[in-house]
Amino acid sequence: MKILLTGARIIDPAQNIDSRMDVFLEDGKIAKKGANLSKSLKSKDSEKTTKIIDLAGMILVPGLIDMHTHLREPGFEYKETIASGSAAAVAGGFTSIACMPNTNPINDNRSITEFIRRKAAEAALANVYPIGAISKGSAGSQLTEFWDLKEAGIIALSDDGKPVMDAALMRRAMEYAYSLGLPVISHCEDTNLSGAGLMNEGYYSTILGLSGIPGIAEEAMVARDILIAEFTNTCVHIAHVSTAGSVRLIREAKKRGLKVTAETAPHYFTLTDESLQSYDTNFKVNPPLRSEQDVAAIKEGLSDGTIDVIACDHAPHGRTDKEVEFEYAANGISGLETSLALSLKLIHDKILGWPELIAIMSVNPASILNLPKGTLETGADADITVIDPLLKWTVDVQAFRSRGKNSPFNGRQMQGKAIMTIIGGEIKYDGQ
Amino acid sequence: MKFERKDILGIKELSVDEINLILETAESFLEISTRKIKKVPILRGKTIINLFYEASTRTRTSFEIAGKRLSADTINISASTSSVVKGETLIDTARNLEAMNPDVIVIRHSASGAPHLLARLVKQSIINAGDGAHEHPTQALLDMMTIKEHKGKIAGLNVAIIGDIEHSRVARSNIYGLSKMGANVVLAGPATMLPRDIEQMGVKVYNKIEDAIEGVDVIMMLRIQLERQKQCIFPSLREYSQHYCLNRNNIKLAKKDVIVMHPGPINRGVEISPDIADDPSCSVILDQVNKGVAVRMALLYLLTGGGE
Repeated sequence: MKILLTGARIIDPAQNIDSRMDVFLEDGKIAKKGANLSKSLKSKDSEKTTKIIDLAGMILVPGLIDMHTHLREPGFEYKETIASGSAAAVAGGFTSIACMPNTNPINDNRSITEFIRRKAAEAALANVYPIGAISKGSAGSQLTEFWDLKEAGIIALSDDGKPVMDAALMRRAMEYAYSLGLPVISHCEDTNLSGAGLMNEGYYSTILGLSGIPGIAEEAMVARDILIAEFTNTCVHIAHVSTAGSVRLIREAKKRGLKVTAETAPHYFTLTDESLQSYDTNFKVNPPLRSEQDVAAIKEGLSDGTIDVIACDHAPHGRTDKEVEFEYAANGISGLETSLALSLKLIHDKILGWPELIAIMSVNPASILNLPKGTLETGADADITVIDPLLKWTVDVQAFRSRGKNSPFNGRQMQGKAIMTIIGGEIKYDGQ
Repeated sequence: MKFERKDILGIKELSVDEINLILETAESFLEISTRKIKKVPILRGKTIINLFYEASTRTRTSFEIAGKRLSADTINISASTSSVVKGETLIDTARNLEAMNPDVIVIRHSASGAPHLLARLVKQSIINAGDGAHEHPTQALLDMMTIKEHKGKIAGLNVAIIGDIEHSRVARSNIYGLSKMGANVVLAGPATMLPRDIEQMGVKVYNKIEDAIEGVDVIMMLRIQLERQKQCIFPSLREYSQHYCLNRNNIKLAKKDVIVMHPGPINRGVEISPDIADDPSCSVILDQVNKGVAVRMALLYLLTGGGE
């Protein structure tokens, strides 16, 4: 199948491209880019075998990558499956996603990794990259077989959701992983400090009578992991940064040349803890929604490059997990289908320009995870996201492809949406 | 004034007019409890369910008596005897109760916000009888009624609340209520018992009881829960009582006509010395309990359309 995409504005931060041109896809690869490719096509009589798609007014970017999702399979298929999560990804404009290991059983051995890859291949939608557990059962005491897991197909390591409290274990994990070229993704939370906390500790936790999770529960671990990375000369990627203090620590570490990268999620630059006043469990996430000052710092961190990546921490849940007392409700937001539009708001609000945002959502995560993705270079995989920047739409969780309907953004007016997702030269989502 | 609310979830959302209406209605009900036949037919045919997910003697009994004195049928459900032990969710329990058509559901729950969840789901009136560390609106109303009776007013009074503010729903409801009614509220407790940014509620905060009670009209002592010691918020009852117990000595710092309150149950010798608790010249603790029945009668009456 050959596809000619015409008339769109092409933004490829990896190559510093931002201009109007046509893109020709052949054999699953980016074959050619240039002005008026349709003319040369005619002369080559291949018009019949080529699908021509007019994308005037659209923005064409390298396939977006979300490096932090929970696909729940195996074990929690009522929340999400690899197939439904992949469908949500492509509908949200994501061509590649990385999935965290906190399934049941935990992805801490080759057989689970292989199972995930097989299910992803059967779904044949997004590229799914499994992340392996740092410790067996994510129990925080014994390292998993990183080497074996890598050969089975993991692209990073993390005990996401179960923070590694033992600093010595974290040190060993970072050293061993670095020697194998595997990034370690750290869910930074000191569980002694977060305790039985349910939301950000501050004025709103005080008036709501909900126990607080202080910002320092995250920051103390960010500081620890930066220190380990410095001491061992290895790298660390900080997951879901939510506080001003974390941004400051990471900024300072980067300034000193340390190999530290970081991500944040759309809810951390969109919502504050004030929205918990209704006790709506859809706002319950970990790390929790923070204060206005934290939101401002996250935006600043995105705009000055301190935060490299936006990843939505897609955490789908069933109704039974959320329709309970706030205290008992599960943490998480089903985010893949709202992430892009919430991020585009950063452009409308002049926090980021188009090329900066696209880099944050494509080439940056690709380079952290060492994936040969995130660019429209000639010869690269034809993974492409087409965005209609003006399309106005309203979030309706019932229309989500994800099984997780848990979104605090239900009913919200959005502008901008992925209208086509192409993976390996095949159209996997067509919302036109 | 007509009472328009479906539920009583907290003091935060009540207006001064609504609080005054509730207190005035309660005052008019006080007399019923002094009669020989303590029953009026106002709520005959109405059904009130007391759904208690947390242990309570005083509040549950008070609600039950309030309902019965107004001739309503009151049913008590406590977590240990209900389907909770079988794993039924709060929502399912509520929907089942709703299907039996009660008029009011009174709920106490250890999870903050549980009454709000219920109020969104069922058509019946919900009264919050205490949710987690969030609010305990009927306690604050009975406290305000007690203060008003003894001081003739609330506006302009200085009120000190002493103890574990962090875990106290009584403190939060009283801060809202007393501030709305024009009192000045000060707090005192060890730093570990004062929740973050509490000053933003418009109160002054001290660490020493002596600083807080100096010149006040009302002292409200909170119960120290022994199990909190495990959370490391205080080292020992011994040390706490040495520094935060209201006694003959430090009470002299307050106004001569100070009244002493406590939501109960009291830990004698821990947060309040027995001779203060039992001193009829300052302690109004049992009076609070007495007002509790009247306040709850007033709320049941107003919520079931009594204001019409």
